[in-house]
Amino acid sequence: MAVATETATPAPAKRRSRLEHRPGLNRWLPYALLAPAVLLELLIHIIPMLVGIWMSFVKLTKFFIANWSAAPGAGLNNYKVALDFNNAVGQGLLKSFGVTVAFSLVTVAFSWVLGMAAAVALQPEFRGRGVVRTLFLVPYALPAYAGILTWNFMLQRDTGAVNHVLHQLHLNDGKTFWLIGGNALVALITVAGWKLWTFAFLTLMAGMQSIPRDLYEAASVDGAGNLRQWRNITLPSLRPVNLVLVLVLFLWTFSDFNTPYVLFGTAQPPAGDLITFHIYNASFLTWNFGTGAAMSVLLLVFLMIVTGAYLLVTGRRSRRA
Amino acid sequence: MRETRGFKIYRGVTLTVLGLFVLIPLYVMITSSLKPLKDVQGAFTWWPSNLTLAPFVDMWKTVPLAKYFVNSTIVSVSATVFSVAIAILAAFAVSRFKFRGRTVFTTTVLSTQMFPGVLFLLPLFLIFVNINNSFGLQLVGTRLGLIITYLTFSLPFSIWMLAGYFDSIPRELDEAALVDGCGPMGALWRVVLPAARPGVIAVAIYSFMTAWGEVLFASVMTTEANRTLSVGLRQYSTQTNIYWNQIMAAALVVSVPVVIGFLLAQRHFVAGVTAGAVK
Repeated sequence: MAVATETATPAPAKRRSRLEHRPGLNRWLPYALLAPAVLLELLIHIIPMLVGIWMSFVKLTKFFIANWSAAPGAGLNNYKVALDFNNAVGQGLLKSFGVTVAFSLVTVAFSWVLGMAAAVALQPEFRGRGVVRTLFLVPYALPAYAGILTWNFMLQRDTGAVNHVLHQLHLNDGKTFWLIGGNALVALITVAGWKLWTFAFLTLMAGMQSIPRDLYEAASVDGAGNLRQWRNITLPSLRPVNLVLVLVLFLWTFSDFNTPYVLFGTAQPPAGDLITFHIYNASFLTWNFGTGAAMSVLLLVFLMIVTGAYLLVTGRRSRRA
Repeated sequence: MRETRGFKIYRGVTLTVLGLFVLIPLYVMITSSLKPLKDVQGAFTWWPSNLTLAPFVDMWKTVPLAKYFVNSTIVSVSATVFSVAIAILAAFAVSRFKFRGRTVFTTTVLSTQMFPGVLFLLPLFLIFVNINNSFGLQLVGTRLGLIITYLTFSLPFSIWMLAGYFDSIPRELDEAALVDGCGPMGALWRVVLPAARPGVIAVAIYSFMTAWGEVLFASVMTTEANRTLSVGLRQYSTQTNIYWNQIMAAALVVSVPVVIGFLLAQRHFVAGVTAGAVK
């Protein structure tokens, strides 16, 4: 450390790191450092993605799984099957897509509102703030399946806590089915939101810490109440945080697999049939991998379009502001 | 924000409601793990009729939980160690060197985070089968396959977060190490890494959490020999009985190490997550 202060003084003139003044080493070392990461990303993510796209154009039924590279071409057939909304497969995909859109939008809104409410409540210092903050992080830290299994138990019709509490509050007759039938989507949103809102809370709270205090003080002097301060200072200051947060929450919920899989097992109720789960079942239960791959590619294209459009719209807006 | 009366009421109501939302499932998990089987098979009660530790004993026999525990531990710890080591090297390159393809690399790696797992699950499975057929290297049904798969899951985020940490360490420090005769790797090892220790810890915990909680790939890539906790816990439901008290006990036991680790490192974690979002 003593050495550091010695050499730190003449350095500021040249901004570039000394590491870059060794041309020979400089040329290959960064690539060598990246090589393991690149190789693994290729093996586990990029190549499988490309294989997946290829798979969507071949006839990959269970007869060809053992020797899959010999599967005959199918042209656009898999896509035709997936997108033919007059037959069962296409209808199933369309319905599952609708369920997933509803699930994602409601879960993201739910998580954001709860996260914002908690972050605002914890903005001023008070006794016990640290304890509450730590408590709120527990659902995020819990392994997904442990939390979801607990909810599964609580949502059981006859032995679960949810029906018990609702019945005692006279909100239902204590006999509601949550994991089958039409309420499955409500159950799904509650469980996914339970885990996700604390991430929104974490991000928003950290974002609020970077808002200068004197902005609020100045507003107070001008007579602005808390609600006005929130609308005119907190919300605009958090815009960059919110843009990233909402996109990330949407991408996560839209591709959520754990929640339906652990909550419902393999027999999903139609009302809780999320798209990744639908693709998984279409591929592994019916062994129709070509169609499953086509659905996957469609999902990817959809997510890319949404992300691109979102970045375009929000980017333009924040530049104008 | 001013601590007006209205604000205090708002805070009280918000924190109570959210506190209950968070706490009730945790409470149910803990108390149910202390109930005899007949309690969890009947109507819900807030308190055990008979406080018992039996579920914590029986859970090891109903399901080979110890074996799954060992599998999960080996897989998660190995994935974490390799992931962190590889991320450190890559983040050092991204943070300290300007080279061709730098932007392409960071963009590509980060965008792989966006892909839903179900997209490359089956192709990866088939590639693993092919590797087995051509090279005799068994990846499906072994821990090695899971380790390799999981270590890539946390890699993009780890590289991104560590590069941010490294950026915040003054370059003058590693230049001083170079003057002292260290090579670039010496500078990384002796100067950059010790200064970035909080970031390394946060990334390690994130990697461990990712591997420990993974469900989708574990459900396809495992057989009885390498089954992990995320799949193994389902086996408490049999044809005749669902051992809810043992499930809750097991869920509690598998959660405790992760939750404690996360809460200890949460400060570094929060700083890392938001550094990128706020920029």
